[in-house]
Parts: sequence; structure tokens; C-alpha cells
Amino acid sequence: MLGEGMMKGLAETGKNFLGSFVSAERMTTVQYPEERIAPIENTRDFPFLVYDGADDASDEAKLAGLRCVACQICEKECPPKCIYIVKSTDKKPDFVGKPQIYPARFDIDISVCMSCQICVEVCPFEAIKMDTEFELSTTDRFGGLLLDREQLSKSNGHYRAIHPTEAAEVDARLAEEKVKAEAKARAAAEAAAAKAGAAAAAPKPVAAPAAAAKEPSV
Amino acid sequence: MNGIWGQLDQIFVTLQHWVAGLFPVWLQPVVATLIAVVGIVAAFPGIFALTTVLERKGLGRIQNRIGPNRVGPLGLFQPIADGIKSLTKEDIVPVSADGLVHFLAPVLLVLAVFLGYATLPVGRNMVLLNMDAGLFFFFAIGASTELSIFMAGWSSRNKYSLLGAMRAVAQMISYEVPLLLSSVVVVMITGSLSTVKIVEAQGGFTGIFPHWYVFTPWGFVGFVLFVTAALAETNRSPFDLPEGESELVAGYFTEYSGFKFALFFLGEYLGMLSIAGFAITLFLGGWGAPFSFLAFLPSWGWFFLKLLAGIGFFIWLRGTMPRLRQDQLMNFAWKFVLPMALLNLVVAGAWRFMGDGWLRWVVSTAVLGGAYVLLGSVLMRRQGIGPRSYRYAE
Repeated sequence: MLGEGMMKGLAETGKNFLGSFVSAERMTTVQYPEERIAPIENTRDFPFLVYDGADDASDEAKLAGLRCVACQICEKECPPKCIYIVKSTDKKPDFVGKPQIYPARFDIDISVCMSCQICVEVCPFEAIKMDTEFELSTTDRFGGLLLDREQLSKSNGHYRAIHPTEAAEVDARLAEEKVKAEAKARAAAEAAAAKAGAAAAAPKPVAAPAAAAKEPSV
Repeated sequence: MNGIWGQLDQIFVTLQHWVAGLFPVWLQPVVATLIAVVGIVAAFPGIFALTTVLERKGLGRIQNRIGPNRVGPLGLFQPIADGIKSLTKEDIVPVSADGLVHFLAPVLLVLAVFLGYATLPVGRNMVLLNMDAGLFFFFAIGASTELSIFMAGWSSRNKYSLLGAMRAVAQMISYEVPLLLSSVVVVMITGSLSTVKIVEAQGGFTGIFPHWYVFTPWGFVGFVLFVTAALAETNRSPFDLPEGESELVAGYFTEYSGFKFALFFLGEYLGMLSIAGFAITLFLGGWGAPFSFLAFLPSWGWFFLKLLAGIGFFIWLRGTMPRLRQDQLMNFAWKFVLPMALLNLVVAGAWRFMGDGWLRWVVSTAVLGGAYVLLGSVLMRRQGIGPRSYRYAE
């Protein structure tokens, strides 16, 4: 009959209306600034730069631990072009102790960033990851939303805290690489030593072990 | 009706006479009218402010949310915050808009809506203008809101505005007819167009129950049809096609911002309040008490209580119904509401001439119930729901 569905609908909404006063588990909203839901593990919004070191490291220590080698792949891949990188002219040692270029400037304009995570996917150095910080409102919509290198640098500890599973994988991979690099360096050193031994037997000039350890860097 | 309750019942009337008494005699009628006008202009926007909060909280509860609860206790000061916000916002007029008409539309809308309150009796002896043709005046003024809506849509020079305005005019004209016809039954039985007389005619009690028109078969049908048409007339959900947010941005007031937008909002809600007030006047006994033993309470209290209940029902409906499609809207108006309203006229006439007794109850109920089932199953049946077929020009 006409109007039957309407009655059913009114009964349903009426039930919801009254139920919301008596049962607290019906209520789906969280009173945000006072109560918060812990973010789920796959939460992501804007990228940050990972550095190896203590959470409250000084700016110099942050810079020293920064994994970024200013290869500019992320800058090139970024669809909305919100990353701006200036390469350094000097070099600093990376986590395996190899001298690398570092970013003299690394800016991300988060008013442009679309949180696509492509920069994270393309980074060969595990240097840029997605953050979960979302309370980024500011009264200065140009300068305030343009994050520089210091603002973007966050410790690996922070990364472990926000994305534990992913961070564990990354740490394992980096440790493996480090072991490999060390083994390689050792092998190179041994080879160099052997060569040096051989050279001592039959004098012949050889390259330094450091040069042998040098891989083609980007 | 003496003593403290009687005084409380007439408190506003006494106040009006006392203030008017402070002025010279020749000025007294003007002052008395002005006081009544100020009362209306203060009271109904106040109820509008309350309604916006109640609506947001009610809809929230229906969706298992809490609703606004930040500004003031329980979020009750939310309308003040909204008002300040809309006052401080930039007033944007599109370059290609017709400036004068664009400005006039919201002003005229609010003006026309306020005029409708002139003949609304909100309590015993509390009506601004006891016109012999009060009901007629209300409908005449109510129809002029369509003009301001079309002015808004046309002057904005925006496709959404114009579409919204077209829809609004089509809808309001379609539902104007059943709205009028469904209220004509009351006029037929009362024998007067005066809203005061209509309320007085529903004044008595049988046992403890009042003689409201809604408790008769034709009155009940008239009431349901009136409320349906009123919802459509005020562009309320489920008849909110003219301002369907998901289709037309905001309909005819897409190009309005700041306080002009707030005026449209105000006009719309005041329209809803006034039409709900007239539904109460026509069918729910106006300011009369629902039971004889409660009749000592102030009449205006009853009126506003009924008004709030009506608003609550409108909010409940809004939280329940999805929006109709344009063709469903028109089908419903012309194929169901209009025939029912016409039949209701006949039934009311028969009721009048069949005299007292149980026979007229049985006959009216049977005719109206039969018509409801028949019209509902025949004219409102689902037609052609299936794969759509296209006819191309050959």
C-alpha cells in the first residue's frame, strides 16, 4: 500500500533517534580534540625525510644522519611537482660510511602535495617515507605550508613508531645491505691486501682499497 | 479563565495594551500594531534559530551522531555563531548578475513570508489582523514567494540557479492547488475564511477530547494532504528538488553568499513555520488544548508546543526520506494528491449534510480509505521500471 515504506523508514529513523540517547555504542563519532582514535598502521598523508639517529638530535646530527643523497628522483617523479631539491657541493658519509652528496635544500610544499606516495615508492635509499601528522593548519598559507629540510627530517625511531611493520622490513633490508657492503669492503680490503702481498712479491702499483669499494653512485 | 492562569494566558495582550496606553490616544492603534509586529518579528526568527539547532541535532541523532555541541551549553548558541559568520562573510554578486533583482529577491522573500504571519492566531486574542479572509490572505501572500525565488534564480545568471528556480516554480505551482483544495474543506465546514473563527469552531470538547478537525475522516485526510503539499511548498525534504545539493549545488540561491544567503535560509524556515502554523490552525485546533483538563494552560503555550512538535515531525521526515525525482514529484501531485483533495471536498460536503450519527463516519471513512487504496495502487503503481529503451530519430 502507498505509504507503507514511508512508515517503515520513519520507524527505523525513530528507532535510531531514540536509541542514540540510550545506548552509547550506537554513537559512531569521536569528540575529536579531546578524544582521538590511534591512526591505523597504513595511515599516510605527507612525506618526511628519515634520518638515522636519536629522536631529539640536533640539526647537525639530523643532517649527518639524513639518508637522502639528493638524487632528485622523487623531485622528477612527483606528479604535482611539490618537491624542490638543491644538491650539496660537498659530500658526507652515508650509513655504510660511503661519501655521498646530501640535499643542501629539500622543500616540500604540502599545500600542493597530493599524498600519492610516489616519492616513497621511487626512492632507492629508503630516505623519504609517509608521515601520519595531520594537524598542520597554519595562518600562513604560503610559508607555513612550505616545509624545509629541518622540518621534514624525522628520526628512524619516529618511522618505526608510526609504521612498525614497514619500518622493520626497511631496517632489515638496510642491515642486509650494510652487511653486504661491509663484506664487500672486507673482501676488497682482503683482495687489496692479497694484491699488496703479491705486489710486494712482484712490485706493481695498484689502486687504493677505497677506490675499489667505490660503487657507481647516482 | 480567571486568576493567575487567565492572566498568564493574556500576558502578551495585557503588555501590549499597557505599552500602548503610554501613548496619546490617536497614536495608540499604530503603537499596538507595531508592538504586535515586533513580537512576530522577534518570536519567529527566534524559533527559526532554535529550529536550526534542533534540526542539526535531530538529524545527527537519527544518524547516530551527536550534532553541534561546541558553542554554548549543548551547542545551543550555534545559531549565534552562524549568524555572526554569515554577517562577516563577503557578499559576492556575480559580474553578469542583475544587481537590483539579485538584491531584491531575498528581501522580498523574507518580506512576503513575514506578511503571512499577519493572520496567524498564535493564542487567544493574539492575532495581528483578524481579517474576514485571513486564510485567503495567507495563500495569496504565500504564492508570492515563488516570484522572489524565480527572481533569485533568474537574476543570478547561473545554470544551477535557473534550473533550481524552474524546478521550484513548477513544484510550487503544482502543489499550490492541492494545498488550497485541502484547506477548503475546513472553510466549508466552518463557513468562514477567518482564521480566528476556524480556531474557535474547533474549541469545544467531547468528554476530554477536543473537536479538532483532524479527528474527522475528511479532516484527517485534509491534514495529511495539507502537510504533504506544505512540505512541497516550502521545498522541504523529500520535496527539496529545487535546492538539491547533490544535483544543483544549492538551487536558486547558488550565487548568494553572506547575509543574503542567511536571508534565504531564514525565509525558507519562516515559510515552513508559518505553513506549519496554518496546518495547526486549520486542523489541530490552533491554540486549543489537546485535553479539556489541560485547557487552563496558556493558549500561546499550546500553539508553540504544537509548532515545535510539527517542526520535529518535519525534521524526522527529512532524516528519513530520500529526494523524489522530478517526474515522481509531478505524478504524485497530479495523480494522487489532487484527486484525493477533490474527493475530500465531496466527502466534506456529504459530512455536512448527513447530519449527526455514526453513518457519516462510516461512509466518509469507507470512501476516503477506498480511494486511498485505489489511487495508491492504480495511479501510483510502479511503471516501466526496467531496462531503459531509447527511441532514436529515424
